[in-house]
Amino acid sequence: MALFDVKVQNQLKDILKNMKENVKIINFTQAIECPMCKETRAFAEEIASLSEKLSVIVYDQIADSDMIKKYGVERIPAIVLLDKDGKDHGVKFYGLPGGYEINSFLSSIIEMSGMKQALPADIASRIKKIDKDVHIQVFVGLSCPHCPAAVEVAHRLAMENSNIKGDMIDSNNFVHLAQKYNVTGVPKIIINEKYELLGAHPMNTVLDVIESLK
Amino acid sequence: MDFNLSTISFAAEKNFTPVDPGKVYDVLIIGGGPAGMTAAVYCMRKGVDTAIIIKNIGGQVAETSSVENYLGYKYINGVELVDKFKEQVFQFSIGYEEGQGVTAVTDGDIKSVTLDDGRVLRSRALIIASGKSWKKLGIPGEQRLTGRGVAYCTICDAPLFAGKKVVVVGGGNSGVEAAIDLASVASEVVIVQLMEELTADKILIDKLNSFNNVSMIFSSRVTEIIGEDLVKEVTVENVDTGKSSTVVTDGIFIEIGLDPNSSFASGVVEMNSASEILVDSGCATNRDGIFAAGDVTSVPFKQIIIAGGEGAKAALSACEYILKRN
Ligand SMILES: Cc1cc2nc3c(=O)[nH]c(=O)nc-3n(C[C@H](O)[C@H](O)[C@H](O)COP(=O)(O)OP(=O)(O)OC[C@H]3O[C@@H](n4cnc5c(N)ncnc54)[C@H](O)[C@@H]3O)c2cc1C
Repeated sequence: MALFDVKVQNQLKDILKNMKENVKIINFTQAIECPMCKETRAFAEEIASLSEKLSVIVYDQIADSDMIKKYGVERIPAIVLLDKDGKDHGVKFYGLPGGYEINSFLSSIIEMSGMKQALPADIASRIKKIDKDVHIQVFVGLSCPHCPAAVEVAHRLAMENSNIKGDMIDSNNFVHLAQKYNVTGVPKIIINEKYELLGAHPMNTVLDVIESLK
Repeated sequence: MDFNLSTISFAAEKNFTPVDPGKVYDVLIIGGGPAGMTAAVYCMRKGVDTAIIIKNIGGQVAETSSVENYLGYKYINGVELVDKFKEQVFQFSIGYEEGQGVTAVTDGDIKSVTLDDGRVLRSRALIIASGKSWKKLGIPGEQRLTGRGVAYCTICDAPLFAGKKVVVVGGGNSGVEAAIDLASVASEVVIVQLMEELTADKILIDKLNSFNNVSMIFSSRVTEIIGEDLVKEVTVENVDTGKSSTVVTDGIFIEIGLDPNSSFASGVVEMNSASEILVDSGCATNRDGIFAAGDVTSVPFKQIIIAGGEGAKAALSACEYILKRN
């Protein structure tokens, strides 16, 4: 059964027309005993079928453990987006980006394709200066309207600077992980395991935290 | 699996331009809820040079699951309605800033508006349409445990309490709506209500009564929220007897209404005791060239259609003011 009805398919096709270059979707999955893995794979494959600029590769967590390592995938289901040259920019989705999160997924695809709005000069130069490893985990809920904005900021930062990695994590798919970080409100942004921001914050606030990292 | 696609965010054609601190706009609009976005459309159609500053686009409407009393739509979900508003605003080359809040405004022949990141914008007229946000209880533990069991936005956070016990503070419409949303996922819901009974609309109370995992504590208020990393329990005081008791809980949703977002304008424009900006029937404040519209004002009844209408009025008043000046 198709995840998207015809109306949504057509809307998605229209949106994906904004893509500039090709983007590769890598889906990490496992055949059995993995909640939402089957659905996430179907999601990745269906989206990829809606644009000539999209392609999809599916890896199995066990059979392709080298790929899990290569892309630093910590749990499944996962989706990693690669640019036209197959380069990994640290843009990941853990769980199926459904509900409101479809918007951050599309937005990251379009930005990964090279269709990016220019950043203000001061913000761009602040991002450039970041020289330590930064891992941004954004815990979301699929019924949360403010969450995509938080994911988009993390992913854009990851695309702009190779020291930064950004993850979307569906709190309701990865319940134990969400509990570990005491997530009871979304979006919740965890930076380098230590620092947390609650709510969607503009890029400059996230940069303030990153710049304060020791 | 549902997909809440916001098609307009991806429309190739967005005509708006980044805000320019170097120029003096005719009109600056603060807020992107129904009031601010309606004002934007009216100002642009009148041809005055306008910019809009929006902290969270859609305002309260973006946090509403269903709207059934905005004419033209028998039923529409909040995000879809916001999308329609955006579509209508984005067709104009309006100055546009999203994600930044206004921290201060100053009056004068030219008004100035300071943003979170320190930039200052200037204009001849100002429309304040900054709406309202969730009211806080102002009790010990509330701020420290926000996002650690203390929550305000039900549609955002209810799923995180699946199988858990939650307290809902407030027995009016927002409290009962929250309790209904929570009752279908949580194991147990306890409503703490200050009055002797629920004050929500009958249709909501009937729906609430169809759940068997909801209980109520009347004539009571929550006085403290306790927990280290996460909410563990809350203290509930009976307002008649003064006696306190403890309710063990995984979370607490605070649904006691809303407060106006007007602090950045305090000392500049006149407000009532609830910090709502006082306006006349043309949306003018007590300061020349400063107008206000929607939930942030003293106008009675807070609804989307009312905020939209007030936004239109404020825009037309501001345009008239600009025209007379020039
Ligand atoms: C859960 C819920 C359900 C509701 N259901 C309905 C319904 O079914 N029907 C109905 O008619 N009404 C409903 N309402 C009420 C309705 O949403 C409001 O009356 C309406 O949104 C008010 O519009 P507004 O533009 O005045 O303010 P808001 O919607 O509050 O918008 C304010 C805007 O200003 C921005 N802002 C705030 N502070 C600043 C700042 N410092 N700088 C810059 N921008 C700022 C905000 O981010 C937002 O964009 C509901 C409200 C809630 C909370």
